[in-house]
Amino acid sequence: MIVLLASLPFYPLVSFLVLIAFGKRLSWRLAAIISVSSMALTVLVSAILLFELSTSQNQVLSVNLWHWFDLSNQMGTGVVNVRFYLDGLSAVMISVVSGVGFLIHLFAAIYMKADTNFSRFMAYMNLFIVAMLILVLADNLVLLYLGWEGVGLCSFLLIGFWYQEKSNVLAARKAFIVTRIGDTSMAIGLLLMFNTFGELNIAAVTTLAQQANIAAGPSSFSSSEQANNIYWIALLLLGGAVGKSAQLPLQTWLPDAMAGPTPVSALIHAATMVTAGVYLIARMHGIFLLAPEVMNYVAWLGALTLLLASVAALAQTDIKRVLAYSTMSQIGYMMLALGAGAWSAGVFHLMTHAFFKALLFLTAGAVIYALHHQQNLFKMGGLLKKLPFETSLFLVGLICLMALPGTSGFFSKEAIIAQLWSSNTAGPMLWWCAILGALLTSIYSCRLFFLAFLGTARCTENPQAEKSLLLRSALIILALLSLFGGLIPLDLTLVFSAAIQTPLVQLIEPTWLHSVAIITPFIGMLFSWFYFQNYRLSPLKGTKYNIEASEGKIVLFCRQGLGFDVFYNALLVKPYQWLAQVNKRDIFDQIIMLNAWYVGLWHDSLILVQNGSLRWYLAAFGLAIILLLGVSFL
Amino acid sequence: MTVTLIMLALVIAGALAWRAETYWQGSAKWLALISLALLATVFAVFVIDYAINHNNDFAQLQVLSRVNWIKTFNIQYSIALDQLSIVLIALTWLLAIICALVSWHEIKRHVGFYYFNLLLTIAGIIGVFVAVDMFLFFFFWEVMLLPMTAIIAIWGHEKKHFAALKFFIFTQVSSLLMLVAIIATGYFHLLQTGQLSFYYLDWLMLDIPLSMSQYLMLGFFIAFAVKLPSVPLHSWLPDAHTQAPTAGSVLLAGVLLKTGAYGLIRFVIFLFPQASTQFAPIAATLAVVSIIYGAKMAFAQQDFKRLVAYSSISHMGFVMLALFAFNSMAYQGAIVTMVAHGLSSAALFSLAGMIYQRIHSRNLADMGGFWQSAPRMGGFALAFAGAAFGLPGLANFIGEFLSLVGVFQVLPEFAVIAALGLIGSAIYGMVLFQSSFQGTPTQDIIDLQPRELIICGSLLLMLLAIGLYPMLLLKFSFGA
Repeated sequence: MIVLLASLPFYPLVSFLVLIAFGKRLSWRLAAIISVSSMALTVLVSAILLFELSTSQNQVLSVNLWHWFDLSNQMGTGVVNVRFYLDGLSAVMISVVSGVGFLIHLFAAIYMKADTNFSRFMAYMNLFIVAMLILVLADNLVLLYLGWEGVGLCSFLLIGFWYQEKSNVLAARKAFIVTRIGDTSMAIGLLLMFNTFGELNIAAVTTLAQQANIAAGPSSFSSSEQANNIYWIALLLLGGAVGKSAQLPLQTWLPDAMAGPTPVSALIHAATMVTAGVYLIARMHGIFLLAPEVMNYVAWLGALTLLLASVAALAQTDIKRVLAYSTMSQIGYMMLALGAGAWSAGVFHLMTHAFFKALLFLTAGAVIYALHHQQNLFKMGGLLKKLPFETSLFLVGLICLMALPGTSGFFSKEAIIAQLWSSNTAGPMLWWCAILGALLTSIYSCRLFFLAFLGTARCTENPQAEKSLLLRSALIILALLSLFGGLIPLDLTLVFSAAIQTPLVQLIEPTWLHSVAIITPFIGMLFSWFYFQNYRLSPLKGTKYNIEASEGKIVLFCRQGLGFDVFYNALLVKPYQWLAQVNKRDIFDQIIMLNAWYVGLWHDSLILVQNGSLRWYLAAFGLAIILLLGVSFL
Repeated sequence: MTVTLIMLALVIAGALAWRAETYWQGSAKWLALISLALLATVFAVFVIDYAINHNNDFAQLQVLSRVNWIKTFNIQYSIALDQLSIVLIALTWLLAIICALVSWHEIKRHVGFYYFNLLLTIAGIIGVFVAVDMFLFFFFWEVMLLPMTAIIAIWGHEKKHFAALKFFIFTQVSSLLMLVAIIATGYFHLLQTGQLSFYYLDWLMLDIPLSMSQYLMLGFFIAFAVKLPSVPLHSWLPDAHTQAPTAGSVLLAGVLLKTGAYGLIRFVIFLFPQASTQFAPIAATLAVVSIIYGAKMAFAQQDFKRLVAYSSISHMGFVMLALFAFNSMAYQGAIVTMVAHGLSSAALFSLAGMIYQRIHSRNLADMGGFWQSAPRMGGFALAFAGAAFGLPGLANFIGEFLSLVGVFQVLPEFAVIAALGLIGSAIYGMVLFQSSFQGTPTQDIIDLQPRELIICGSLLLMLLAIGLYPMLLLKFSFGA
């Protein structure tokens, strides 16, 4: 069984190698079969592993592949192995990655059929799965970092998959560099962590940190140097997490990342990679628990991103960008949960979100495909009649996103909101943020639905839906998972056993908390029903409703992500480019070449003297004699 | 003895190739390639045989021969090997073969003479890595320099004379300082023991007062810092790398820069440990500045080769920083970085040469969208750029990570600033890859040919092997 765990990332890896080696020589059918069946194998093996895990004694499986390298400091040697570690948390992740990944591969195999670079596309998707599996299975942070950078590279490649477009190239570059900033923070965190603990193995670091806490006693620990280090480690790891998970302040890359093909947005920028930051924090919860201030930052960053992204989503005109901002805000919920110490709830929301957001993206992809690559919401409308299948699936996705009772989103979001009020590191303020976020979520969801599927048909061409059975079955499975995924029993108590905390001050929760949380989405829907009524109604004969995207200053500001791009451009990008431009000739080189110029100057002026004309020499001779005589007489 | 014969054989093979080309056209490259492969094998067999017979893992310097050369000054022909020099010589052999291969169709004029110079440079480099008599070291240092200058000056690009001259003057001036330091240290040996000596192992026994060793150390340091190169003495490198023919750039970036690092290890740090510890803050500052400044300059470049050249400055900054942290982890990281950078920069320069052969330009503005017509080349370009910006799984990551972990234990602030170089490298790596292989296709180029596939494939395999299984290198201690 251990062999199966070790082999898990190798199925997609083999497929990747085959697809890259043969490239365009593979027919569509062969390339699709190879890549999708490798994913099917991954799903199968993951399922066996899940079963094994549930029957194993301590609910942990681990396997050592090979010895990577050693790190040493004065405390001793930390061995860094290529070693996979499967526990409840990574089990959730591998099921999401392989399960949702398989469905998206299936969808993509048909969706991307006409693309001339189909096999390259599937190869990248496979490579992404490899890196993602390594990320979630790594037993030490260096291996995790390998997966972390690997998914970043694949994300870059897939955003820029249609690289002939300049804008796609720039979007890919932006995604890579912005996340790299976060990655660097994480790398520095690893350096500090190794310096503090002499280990980079996740389990060992967690144990060491907790031992230090117990040994010093909680009160004296918080002032010790080690506690200070742990604070910084947690903060630096958080830097990595916000980069990958597109949270404040490194969130700007995600909306642009929608330049990639839609299956990419579904797989990487909704279901799996962007939740890697959430996974990282959940995985390192032992460290974060010892730095409650940082947990508070996590909660606040999550809450702020949640609100910011929902406001931005309200103003978007591009269907994929609405979903991108929605992803950002849903990850904000997960971060909020982690910050509040609601670890299981955060991971639970990660899973349900993967289901319904993948469904939303893929259905949006199907709609865009049917409309001949039209992504503008204001050019859609009235699709309910023309694309009933897509509409109903999209609706399923949206009600999960809005967390209407009974759907999977409801269970996970409620689980988060319920724990916020009385958490040590969150509190009523953040609870209200979460509620406000839920309200905004339901408003932008309704706006999206009304604009795209109700009202008058504003698209000029007749929609042509792809009616392939495989494609539709992928969507239906995702819809079922979205609806009923909340019923999947997720028992992570063993993983987070250290995290069970008793609140310092037991806040008394008002009785109306839960009812408010449940009602909020409906308030949003009611509001939208009236506020956006010209979006949903067909104009009466003779009257004309203005269905144009607003171009007001505030709307534009929100549409462009609340000014962060402009700000960063002015603060970082422009100065760096300016500096590079100004010093293009290399100031050090110019200083050194000044010597050469000086020597050259003498060379040239002395050449002038040696011009070979006798008159010059005589004149100079005479002049010199006069000068010398004059000097000697004076 | 064998090592001496190998060096001699390289020179003879070079001369033969030079003569042979005049009789049979196209024979020089075959002769060079075959002799390189053969001699590399002989060297490998010799090292393995020696290790088994003497039951020795080369952890310490193994003196192979010691013959009187100039008796008056007690100058000897003495050569030795240890793990450090063996690894660097192995890298030299590999890149030498790559050099012969990349020159295959590129060199059209004076072909025979070209291969003579190439083999002579390689003989000089190997000499530098094995010499343990300082005078002999200086001799090889010059042997390595002259044919290299010729390679740039004769077979280079449009500004070759300027670049060759600049390279020559920088190296000469700095090695003059080293010569003074060598003579002074030898003379100091005379004062202390009553005998003049230039023998490295004798020098290790010397007990030089700090006030004096500071200056001696500085003489060596400057010579090697120019070679490495470190800001502010780096400016010969972009010109030389850009103007040299492909093999010249490969050799310069892949091995010649490493002689600087090798010198820093062997003759600065091991000979003057106290003085260099004292000097460490300055050296580390220079190193950090090199890392950031090199990355920033690389971003500003429009010339493919110039960009890679500046990135080399950034990478070698990691090596210097790691060396002056005086930490065994950082030291190992420095050695892995040296090998990794040797492979990855050689790969990027080879790629630049292949592109140049197709479009006759090094300007990034003339490139774009090559992925369309040359997907294999694009894949390799991405992998090599990835190596340059420290993608885990490739060798450079291991080197940089170990260096940073080691440096962080000693000089945490420096390690943090150096880590920011990771962002800088991602930026120039993206610019390099995206402006050549992505974007709107400007023209169609031919994809990699079998010979080029061998070059790129073998380099990538090595990078992957060290990246995934670094114990290949790390199981040696390199005399730390």
